[in-house]
Amino acid sequence: MSAESPLVRFENIQKSYDGEILVVKDFNLDVAKGEFVTMLGPSGSGKTTCLMMLAGFEPATNGEIYLKGKPINKVPPYKRGIGMVFQNYALFPHMTVAENLSFPLEVRGISRSERETRVKRALDMVQLGEFGGRRPMQLSGGQQQRVAVARSLVFDPDLVLMDEPLGALDKNLREQMQYEIKHLHEQLGLTVVYVTHDQTEALTMSNRIAVFDDGIVQQCAAPAALYENPENAFVANFIGENNRIMGTVKNIDGEHVSVTADSGDNIVAHKVNIENVGDRTTLSLRPERVFVSPEEGSVDNVFSAKVEELIYHGDHIRTRFKVCGHDDFIVKVPNSAKHSALQENNTVNIGWKVEDCLALDA
Amino acid sequence: MSTAELTLTEDGIPLKEKLAKTTALQRRRALLLTLPLVIFLVVSFVFPIGQMLFSSVHNDKVSAVVPTFAEAIIQWDGEGLPSEQIFEIFVKDLAAAKKVREIGRTVGNMATRINYEMPGSRSLFTSTARKAKKIEAPYKENLIKVNKKWANPTIWLTMQRAARDITPAFYVAALDLKYDENGDIVRADELYQIYLNNFIKTLGVSALITLICVVLAYPVAYLLSVLPLRQANLLMIMVLLPFWTSLLVRTTAWIAILQTEGVINDMLVFMGFISDDGRIQMIYNQTGTIIAMVHILLPFMILPLYSVMKTIPPTYMRAALSMGAKPLYAYRKVYLPQTLPGLAAGTLLVFILAIGYYITPALVGGEDGLLISNLIAYHIQKSLNWSLGAALGTLLLAVVLILYWLYNKLIGIDKLRFG
Repeated sequence: MSAESPLVRFENIQKSYDGEILVVKDFNLDVAKGEFVTMLGPSGSGKTTCLMMLAGFEPATNGEIYLKGKPINKVPPYKRGIGMVFQNYALFPHMTVAENLSFPLEVRGISRSERETRVKRALDMVQLGEFGGRRPMQLSGGQQQRVAVARSLVFDPDLVLMDEPLGALDKNLREQMQYEIKHLHEQLGLTVVYVTHDQTEALTMSNRIAVFDDGIVQQCAAPAALYENPENAFVANFIGENNRIMGTVKNIDGEHVSVTADSGDNIVAHKVNIENVGDRTTLSLRPERVFVSPEEGSVDNVFSAKVEELIYHGDHIRTRFKVCGHDDFIVKVPNSAKHSALQENNTVNIGWKVEDCLALDA
Repeated sequence: MSTAELTLTEDGIPLKEKLAKTTALQRRRALLLTLPLVIFLVVSFVFPIGQMLFSSVHNDKVSAVVPTFAEAIIQWDGEGLPSEQIFEIFVKDLAAAKKVREIGRTVGNMATRINYEMPGSRSLFTSTARKAKKIEAPYKENLIKVNKKWANPTIWLTMQRAARDITPAFYVAALDLKYDENGDIVRADELYQIYLNNFIKTLGVSALITLICVVLAYPVAYLLSVLPLRQANLLMIMVLLPFWTSLLVRTTAWIAILQTEGVINDMLVFMGFISDDGRIQMIYNQTGTIIAMVHILLPFMILPLYSVMKTIPPTYMRAALSMGAKPLYAYRKVYLPQTLPGLAAGTLLVFILAIGYYITPALVGGEDGLLISNLIAYHIQKSLNWSLGAALGTLLLAVVLILYWLYNKLIGIDKLRFG
């Protein structure tokens, strides 16, 4: 395989189940070897369908999927050599953990002694060396998850697919498993295509994230780029928390736009995907990028805001302001001496920089 | 534990006692709710089975008719002929019994009982009983004069055995054995060996029916578990339809379809596959029994299979495929083993129902399609040899219990899933 050709390529993939509605509209994605790519989106956005097409369980209605440069639309799933971790783990309940791991090796006609070494190695890799003789039902959720990961890796597949593998775990365990999977990815140089609806999970683990909505990839970029520079309102809203102010474009000046908010306030923002003066726009502002009582001249937008509610979060105080006609404007105020004076129903100045306020489509 | 260590509640009563008191009412109420069922089971199930077990080893037809003689003959050492005294008691008892008209206590009843073990001896008793009043001492000599068969020691040995109320004789008969002239148990003559062969035939036919049911039910149950709800419901109704029609109607329908002048034969003749003289005999024989019983028992195989298959998510097969297993291999190694509890439940259910089935073989079985239950029914209803019927029934029960035990040993009864 040449360095340029991607391991996986989706080319103009369309998918329909009923011949009337396209659940995947026009999907194009390249996954390079060693990459961790996450397909993120709300349920019903088509992300799992794309994964199933890659695994071979669903045929693509149109377009072609390439694996190592070869079209695989007509290759049955058992000939694709892709490892897969399922949402409910799909560990075979009538086999022991070791037998589960041995299954893909048996299928490949690998000798018994070789199988045993590889099963042992895979179990050690997920810190379950002692559990080979147990049944999956005798393991905790986290352990089952690890077994499922080990089973998907034991036959050294070119590619590993994971379909919301952490959905059934509780929060702490989920975070711990996120790091474990990420470390495995780094240590073994795996290529992973991961599906989740949890944006934190996607941000923590991925090299790149494809954000799905309504059968279309809204944006495909590295986590930081997605968060800092969302290309449209959906992505800004789906990734992380943001405050939205609706308005109309009054003037475009290069990268800067002047927007008249629906409340009549005038806001200067950074131009992202608006075209013309007079268009409707959504202004997006991250709660941690808003300053309370900013120093004169340090920010471009300053408004007087009324404190509606203070919620104590320990490291920061989540403050709800009424500003520019919205009473659900959230600001994360650092828990420092400077801001301890904030009181409900007080009015203070808040402000933000132009580059932190993105003018997106409405 | 000493009283000092007992945990007490706030008001000083031991915790255990207090707990028992508070839950007692609840338990009593729950018990009361099950009472009707418990009574029903005792009356309709436990008691009749106990009765059957008892009557399979108990028969007092001899001791009830000639009580004094029964006591005396049991004491006999079995050498040669009994003593003159026993002959005297027998003749007097027989004369007294002749006057009895009460059903179940006549000489005829006794004669029938002994006839079971010594075929052809019935008339000896009835004819001698008519003359018993006139027989006088010396009894031995005169009785033999009345009928010289009384000089045969075997008849006295047989009477000695039959005089005992508790007897294994009916199990001996049910297992195709008999007592020889010396009272030893030997195999019965080939002509009389019907029960063991029928047991074997019943087990064989039931096994065949179970096998056919598995082959037919497995794909249907699979289809039911994977079809969309709407189609699955329709299919389920079709599966359950036999349950909602009367057994008699179903069986009669099979007669209409399968008989020599029936639908199938007519069609085969019409299409020229067979000649009018070569119509196939498909009913009133074993084939008929098998076809009709498979139809009736099929739902009992489909339902447990379906209930198990329904719980197997499709991701297991997908996982197996993703690991490189070909569909057939994945099916055999991953899907099939997980359906075993349902398969075992269905097999056990169908097999046990089949070995005890009565109506269908009785209606469509003809001669060679009769199963053990039909023989039991024959002894209960026609020959009135209830003890033999009971012995056969007990053996059937034992077979079922052994199967159940085997099942538990091999698969575990806790794995049984019916729905």
